[in-house]
Amino acid sequence: MTAPLRPDLARIAGWIAAGSRVLDLGCADGELLAHLRETKQVSGYGVEIDMAGVIGCVSRGVNVIQRDLESGLAGFEAGSFDYVVLSLTIQSMKNVEAIIDEMLRVGRTGIVTFPNFGYWENRWQLLKGGMPVSETIPYQWYNTPNIHLCTLNDFDELLTRHGARINSQIVMHKGRRITFLPNLLGSLALVRFESLAKTAPTAAE
Amino acid sequence: MNHDPHSVGIVSPQCAEFDEPLPLQSGASLPSYRLMYETYGTLNADRSNAVLICHALSGNHHVAGRHHADDKYPGWWDTMIGPGKPIDTSRFFVVGINNLGGCHGSTGPMSLNPATGKPWGAAFPVVVVNDWVHAQACLADRLGIEKWAAVIGGSLGGMQALRWTVTFPQRVRHCLTIASAPKLTAQNIAFNDVARTAILADPDFHGGDYYQHGVAPKRGLKLARMLGHITYLSDEGLGGKFGRQLKSDGYQFGYGSEFEIESYLRYQGDRFADVFDANTYLLMTKALDYFDPARHFGGSLPAALAATAAKFLVVAFTTDWRFSPERSKETVQALLDAKKSVSYAEIESVHGHDAFLMTDPSYMQLMDAYLRRVADEVGA
Repeated sequence: MTAPLRPDLARIAGWIAAGSRVLDLGCADGELLAHLRETKQVSGYGVEIDMAGVIGCVSRGVNVIQRDLESGLAGFEAGSFDYVVLSLTIQSMKNVEAIIDEMLRVGRTGIVTFPNFGYWENRWQLLKGGMPVSETIPYQWYNTPNIHLCTLNDFDELLTRHGARINSQIVMHKGRRITFLPNLLGSLALVRFESLAKTAPTAAE
Repeated sequence: MNHDPHSVGIVSPQCAEFDEPLPLQSGASLPSYRLMYETYGTLNADRSNAVLICHALSGNHHVAGRHHADDKYPGWWDTMIGPGKPIDTSRFFVVGINNLGGCHGSTGPMSLNPATGKPWGAAFPVVVVNDWVHAQACLADRLGIEKWAAVIGGSLGGMQALRWTVTFPQRVRHCLTIASAPKLTAQNIAFNDVARTAILADPDFHGGDYYQHGVAPKRGLKLARMLGHITYLSDEGLGGKFGRQLKSDGYQFGYGSEFEIESYLRYQGDRFADVFDANTYLLMTKALDYFDPARHFGGSLPAALAATAAKFLVVAFTTDWRFSPERSKETVQALLDAKKSVSYAEIESVHGHDAFLMTDPSYMQLMDAYLRRVADEVGA
């Protein structure tokens, strides 16, 4: 009945516990939330700026708030979600640090996916003297919406600096998980993290 | 006239008489009353497909279709309602009601006061949004509708839709509040008061009992409408339509209507004053001013919405400055705080507040997508 989920979204879904509350930032047409609702009784909201995405969410019956993520997550109460997902959006955002802080504020667990700039083909194209164009960065330098590209290692460092601890990391390429030399061989990174401040006192789970 | 397959076609208003008194928020009570309404589509066997359309300030029960073949204008929301339209009458049973205090057949200041045998006039009690909702619920009972699939309204209509979810949480499945607000701002109340002052200052007003004098405060009502009309449109929209176009070649150096916008506004004002009742205008703007569901919950809108059980769609338009997107976001915020099911969309439009009556494509697509889902959900 349910259409198969995009492989990276399926991985994210695998990280999310049944019955939890999820905020999906840049949720597009609500595919992930609709899947989570149907398979895991997950509730929550999507946030999307693009009207076509908003209409897509509405036609799937997914709660969606039309908003520009650059303006932050004001209005979402601190700690009100079990998971906050930001999938393939962070690289096009102006204020990356603010959104990470906001994710840590409103959610217990953050999940971010982004194109891994450390992927070998990207490195190779740079070595050859051109800006990389690849599966996860399918734009030319002059028309790309991506303004903050990073490697797996860069992102880890940013999270650490913002008081978060990574508790899971998956790297993929062409829909398959890469376990060997992930920062070199994976074009798409999925990172799950928690705020150190919040995780320390609660060991209930 | 060719038959339009997306029109509900020729429709007739109906009238429901209620002999039991209706207690009002003000403490007054209407001994008996009547409500004018129209319906389109068919109520299904389990009575789950009924949709209530709440009207705005100057609206009425005539929501879609035409009263006779050569009717110049269709119902006020004909763009949205009909077979294959977003509020699809081949799936939904749609009900439009003229509110109490109205001037289109429902009991209002023009009706005869049974105690005196004369028109109510100034003696007609002030009604508030919650009174309308109670009266609408009485009509729903009579039509056998226990629970609406959706209650939908723009502007003042959106306030009624919101109020429905607070007053009768178990009777609303979906609430669509469009170009609306959880309460008016001081600026909005100010606009309303200027409109009312125009009416009250008209020498033909006679303290609201002008019916006996065979006159109507049309100049005041015209002014009120002209002011209102400006606030319902955007500068961008007006500029695009009229700019600084003159009716003749040069300036006349006088106070006649020279610019196209002037003659447009004056025409709209006159047309309105001919068909609308000044007392009703006073009542409806007062209902707008009083609306504040948070008031009985210590000023907390999330507390007011805590017991609601509906799913919400809140829609705002970018150029609406009378009910700006910021105001809709207050409703959304309260619903988020109360952990309710809510979606919010902000439609790009040049049409200002009136955009909720227009056909901006993303607006129509959004409404269509949402209501298709509702229809599926109720098995319509």
